[in-house]
Amino acid sequence: MKLLFALLLALMAVGAGAAESPDTATDEPAATFEAVALGLGSASFREKTALVERLAGFADPRVPVLLETLLAGDLYADATTGALYIGKADPAPLVGATEASAPPDKLRKVITNNSLRSALRPLIAATRLRDPDPEVRARAARTLIGEVPLALTPTLEQVTATEQHSEVRQALRTALASVQLADADPGVRIAAVRELADNSDKQILTLLEQRARQEQEADVSAALAEAIAALQAREKWFAFFGDLFFGLSLGSVLLLAAVGLAITFGVMGVINMAHGEMIMLGAYTTYVVQLLMPEHIELSLLVAVPAAFLVSGLVGIAIERGVIRFLYGRPLETLLATFGISLVLQQLVRTIFSPLNKSVITPDWLSGSWQINGMLSLTYNRLYIILFALAVLVTLVGLLRKTPIGLQMRAVTQNRAMASSMGIRTGRVDALTFGLGSGVAGIAGVALSQLTNVGPNLGQSYIIDSFLVVVFGGVGNLFGTFVAAMSLGVVTKFAEPLVGAVLAKILILVFVILFIQWRPRGLFALKGRFVED
Amino acid sequence: MKTSIRAGSKRRFTRAALKAGAATLALAGSAAGFAAETIKVGVLHSLSGTMAISETTLKDTVLMLVDEQNKKGGLLGKKLEAVVVDPASNWPLFAEKAKELLAKDKVDVIYGCWTSVSRKSVLPVVEELNGMLFYPVQYEGEESSKNVFYTGAAPNQQAIPAVDYLMNEVGVERWVLAGTDYVYPRTTNKILEAYLKDKGVAAGDIMINYTPFGHSDWQTIVSDIKKFGSAGKKTAVVSTINGDANVPFYKELGNQGVSAEDIPVVAFSVGEEELSGFDTSPLVGHLAAWNYFMSVDTSENDAFIKKWHAFIKDPKRVTNDPMEATYIGFNLWVKAVEKAGTTDVDAVRKAIYGLDVPNLTGGTAVMLPNHHITKPVLIGEIQEDGQFQVVWQTDEEVPGDAWTDYLPESAKITADWQDPAINCGNYNTETKTCSGQNY
Repeated sequence: MKLLFALLLALMAVGAGAAESPDTATDEPAATFEAVALGLGSASFREKTALVERLAGFADPRVPVLLETLLAGDLYADATTGALYIGKADPAPLVGATEASAPPDKLRKVITNNSLRSALRPLIAATRLRDPDPEVRARAARTLIGEVPLALTPTLEQVTATEQHSEVRQALRTALASVQLADADPGVRIAAVRELADNSDKQILTLLEQRARQEQEADVSAALAEAIAALQAREKWFAFFGDLFFGLSLGSVLLLAAVGLAITFGVMGVINMAHGEMIMLGAYTTYVVQLLMPEHIELSLLVAVPAAFLVSGLVGIAIERGVIRFLYGRPLETLLATFGISLVLQQLVRTIFSPLNKSVITPDWLSGSWQINGMLSLTYNRLYIILFALAVLVTLVGLLRKTPIGLQMRAVTQNRAMASSMGIRTGRVDALTFGLGSGVAGIAGVALSQLTNVGPNLGQSYIIDSFLVVVFGGVGNLFGTFVAAMSLGVVTKFAEPLVGAVLAKILILVFVILFIQWRPRGLFALKGRFVED
Repeated sequence: MKTSIRAGSKRRFTRAALKAGAATLALAGSAAGFAAETIKVGVLHSLSGTMAISETTLKDTVLMLVDEQNKKGGLLGKKLEAVVVDPASNWPLFAEKAKELLAKDKVDVIYGCWTSVSRKSVLPVVEELNGMLFYPVQYEGEESSKNVFYTGAAPNQQAIPAVDYLMNEVGVERWVLAGTDYVYPRTTNKILEAYLKDKGVAAGDIMINYTPFGHSDWQTIVSDIKKFGSAGKKTAVVSTINGDANVPFYKELGNQGVSAEDIPVVAFSVGEEELSGFDTSPLVGHLAAWNYFMSVDTSENDAFIKKWHAFIKDPKRVTNDPMEATYIGFNLWVKAVEKAGTTDVDAVRKAIYGLDVPNLTGGTAVMLPNHHITKPVLIGEIQEDGQFQVVWQTDEEVPGDAWTDYLPESAKITADWQDPAINCGNYNTETKTCSGQNY
């Protein structure tokens, strides 16, 4: 397949060359680097792929720069002469023009598409194999695994023989082995298979499996089967860890969304349908914070956490003082009133910020993933959210257990009359508790703004899950909320690959309903005299 | 005591009834009076609720077109008047509001609906009251109502060409059909699956995945796609994931290091609007199939964008495919009304068949007797600036097919409202009859 493709490319290159200068023959590249490069601006995608393959063959020092600029989408061509420039605002001449020559009239971007970009990557990697920085060399070698263009194999062999750095040499040998899998000599093939068997990489497993399907030689087939079995066993393990990580990260999102509700609903007993909107307000606060500090996006989230806590907390206190305190002991009215509030808040946000979703920028330290090996990578945003959720939980537990206000909160929720007669201003404590729960929901909003769309409906998608977690975990019990969130997250993520996302959600709901039938007070029921019947 | 109360309430009731009657009369009178002076254009797009994000733009588009037509001197010597109602993303409310527009406001035409379920909810109302609805969004097909004109893409004008492109130009052999769990993705994926199998793709090389509305945790699905895509054959994702759920999906793709070069995603409901204001650098190279892109370089498009920016007073607002469909639908209706010389629904309907108006991509849109239009199909790759770079397009406009040829049960059905021998939206070419329902 690869060979065929290369042949096809070569043919096309000939075609393209012939179109430019009829006397060009394949074995003597009469066309200069300049001549080939100048054709880039007006070529079609297919022609461009052939042109860059040819360009990579020239020893001109401008080749790596040209290819990299093209990949980065920063290469511009003069519409009339085809001269190439880097950048548009302040074009730096690259090919066919100099600083001295007249400035270009009209620059057109040399556009790339997927197939061109994927052709470019190994070509660029090949030019980097002799880079002085071992990091760059190692990355280049890894790019080449399974993707080595045929023409590059001798270069690769040469570089591998001379490479001193052990890590880079390992990567080079893997890349080389990936080509040697198709070598004519069975001995070389077996050596290549042995070389590859030690890697934990999904791509290598695929290469081996493909080879196993074509292999004729019995010895090589046996070696292949052995290597594939070893890799598959490792893959299974890493897939398990991957699912576990997904589950824990979903669990921590649930925990963040539910922990505020665990306070307002769990501790105070208020059915707060506007809880989701508190989360939404937190997410919008993040958006506003980023608008206010466009220069310091990396730090914006650190500012947004306390800001969101304050905004949602104050709105929560206002709701408690304005509406809910008149409705204590009347759950149905509370439910309807808070549902109304949630609609009002949504429409308010729609009026102020427009119904369109707002884009919250993800700082660089939250993007990308931590590549542990070729089979397991953990995304940074999820990793940080797990840590963040745990930190929020620990802080809350500390606050409730170790501080005077926490003591008062517990006292009021356990026995209001007694607490009141001990001199606690129960009204104030109610407001603060509700404010705390809402504020924590706001913090959850900051975290969710990194995962999902920030729009007026953000809260609605989390309200049901939040109630589910709190009820499942046991009302009034933060530890129960934690265990419930994590177990629901993990169960969902292990069920999803088996039954699909829709059915997984249904199964979880059914499971929780049955569980509540069996244990109406949830996983960790509160015990003691103050528990009402 | 009892009797007096009853008498009192009776009297009150009579008075109220009289008042109501008078009010109705007055209303009817004023409506009749208005009808003589203006032509009413109903706008049935959600301005609040979930769908407001997409539909508000279309309301503004209709208002802009009405405004522009009035500046040109109106239509048939009368001014156009837009009547805007808000069905609030609530499907039953769509039917109520449509009834209100037709029965109370007596509008001559309605532009509206986005989701298929809202259209299905409006259908019986416009058919019963003989209204005229222009529907501007790409949809799953399998429908042709006498009273609805579909100016968005049918599956053969979006999904099928996109799959052809991936198969023939990109060399894709393994397919992930990912969608949100509702009628449009389900039907589209059913058609696509039948089409792929027809083209010789093995069942093992097709993975179908549905997610609930507003799904935001894409970790497992992306990692499944990654696993499915690492079998050594070129893999692509055909996404019918609904509107804004795409953003976390693409984010997760980027975070897990799936690039468009390895596994391209072609989306049918991601347009300029969805990408605006979103950091598109991890999405570069992913694809979308539409009948219009804002980046298309034609003079008609330039003029349209200029008008839009002037009307909305924000030079950063983007244009998108459903806006073009609204534009085409509006111009077709104007032309048909001019031809018919009246806004009477039946006369306009008969006049509109075969009419053509320029679209924004340099071609023409013709209204076909099956109430669909001809459209070019464009495939674009997402660029860093949130715009699309056209990488492929059909040589000429593709006529919209109401009933797909790739499902056995609908291959034998055809729609033709012009041919008196057929004159229905679901003519069975085998039994030579129309099925009982109207659509």
